[in-house]
Amino acid sequence: MDGNGQVPVVEVRDLVKRYRKAKTNAVDGVSFAVRRGEVFGLLGPNGAGKTTTVGILTTRVRRTGGTASVSGVDVGVDPVRARSLVAVVPQRNNLDRSLSIRQNLLFHAAYHGVPAAERARRAGELLGEFGLAERADDKPDMFSGGQAQRVMVARALMHAPEVLFLDEPTTGLDPAARLFVWDRVRDLKARGVTIVLTTHDMDEAAQLADRVGIMDHGKLLALDTPAALTRGLPGRTTLEVAVALDGTPADALLRELGALDGVERVEPVASPHELRARLYLAGEAPLLVAPAAAVVAGHHAQLTDVTIGAPSLEDVFIALTGRALR
Amino acid sequence: MSTTTSPTPTATAGPRRPAASPGRAFLAVLWRDLYVTGRELPVFLAQVVLQPLFLLFVFGKVLSDLGFTQPGYTRVLFPGILALTAVVTGLQSTAFPLVIDFSFTKEIEDRLLAPLPVGMVAVEKVVFASLRALLAALVMLPIGVWVLGSIPWRSSGLPLFATVLLLGCLVGSCLGMIMGTAVPPNRINVMFALILTPLLFTGASQYPWASLEQLRWFQVVTACNPLTYVSEGMRAAMVPDVPHIRPWVSVLVLAVTIVASLAIGIRLFLRRAVD
Repeated sequence: MDGNGQVPVVEVRDLVKRYRKAKTNAVDGVSFAVRRGEVFGLLGPNGAGKTTTVGILTTRVRRTGGTASVSGVDVGVDPVRARSLVAVVPQRNNLDRSLSIRQNLLFHAAYHGVPAAERARRAGELLGEFGLAERADDKPDMFSGGQAQRVMVARALMHAPEVLFLDEPTTGLDPAARLFVWDRVRDLKARGVTIVLTTHDMDEAAQLADRVGIMDHGKLLALDTPAALTRGLPGRTTLEVAVALDGTPADALLRELGALDGVERVEPVASPHELRARLYLAGEAPLLVAPAAAVVAGHHAQLTDVTIGAPSLEDVFIALTGRALR
Repeated sequence: MSTTTSPTPTATAGPRRPAASPGRAFLAVLWRDLYVTGRELPVFLAQVVLQPLFLLFVFGKVLSDLGFTQPGYTRVLFPGILALTAVVTGLQSTAFPLVIDFSFTKEIEDRLLAPLPVGMVAVEKVVFASLRALLAALVMLPIGVWVLGSIPWRSSGLPLFATVLLLGCLVGSCLGMIMGTAVPPNRINVMFALILTPLLFTGASQYPWASLEQLRWFQVVTACNPLTYVSEGMRAAMVPDVPHIRPWVSVLVLAVTIVASLAIGIRLFLRRAVD
């Protein structure tokens, strides 16, 4: 139960997964609940445990400990019923290559027991809505990543699932296809479909998700709305400076930047060729450009770039883990 | 649940989600496989019938016409070729698709997410492969008449014939399930060569088992191949005058092999399907 007295659609408690022969837990004590109609994002780098968490919820991965349920159905105890409540759009194309696009949709619905007339009607609707009507009788092998993605989302909706799981929905897509997927996700949300999506793209999480869970090394580090997560950071605005060091020790420079008036915190950002320091500020960023430049000049280093920004989910991730997301 | 503001979670307008029914899902999954095979039936038949056809032609027709085989050898050969067709078609119909599905295309995932127990998806594969094997073996009957002029046939042997044929289809499919789920994808070419060729020639298809008495070690080797019992059972049904392993022994060995290999196959399938 959450604060509104609703039964969560997805509920995960102390979830643990250790794969055979693995030395550490892929998912290590994760708990969260997803409300009906919500878009819930799991954000984290590759290997954080997001896909494993989704795998458990969609019955493809057996949990080692804890509980996971969808609409009150424990996915480990009654996987057959759970499968009728969820739908998955996986990272890679797993469309049935022996069938046309329309048949992919029709057979999926048949597996889920949708009556024949209803299958045909729904397939027609979804093919139109996803701009696939003209290619409905083509085989999926000729489809691009973005098109295959669309077909898989349409297929997932054929049995009217309680929750739609999107695993890295835009990884590897071109920008236009990415925007199309984002628009579809917003449409689905508007229709009341509950969505759980995983991503390592902080923009995507910030754009789409009502709430974001940040994962790393199998643990859920933070969980809130994107706005609340960034609000929780010590600095409200940031100033990022890039410095060509030429032998200048980075530590002393960072210390001095951190000691400037109005700087609450300083974090080095991973960058191969130069020092990039992100300053989290209490006040206005433009006021600190000159003092920061003076510090850099004082160290006989060269300032190569200055960026002013509001804190993003990436900053939240850096604050939580001490390293950048990618 | 008591709130009135929560939107209805239907993805499209219309009736609500149907209740999950494993039986219906099983039939739909089977129908998918039958539909795809039915659409490419000529290709399928060419694929599975060509090998036994050539075996039959060279050993049964060419060698016999040239006088290299004794008269009546075709009576020994034909039941063995039927057995071979059933077992090998069954084996290939589970092994190949499973290797490709699990390792490359992942097509099977949509069926693994259907509302039926994952083990039933494995059983569906065996049922489907057995149907393919049955069809291939039955097609060999007219082909046998065409190539050889006539085939040995006894109506009184029909019950045994049908029993052994079904068991042969099943045993091939179950063994194929083990191969398709146990062999790593990068080894598949080697494994098929290492398993299929010995299987073809140690299964008493081209010779009656009893005649191997002078070649004792080979007789022992062939006794380990399930195909031997299908070949011998077929001979018991079609040409009982040729010395053969007693039918009840063949049927029992096949039944035990099917149960054991299906149990192992499902276990391996579950290991590939669920992490």
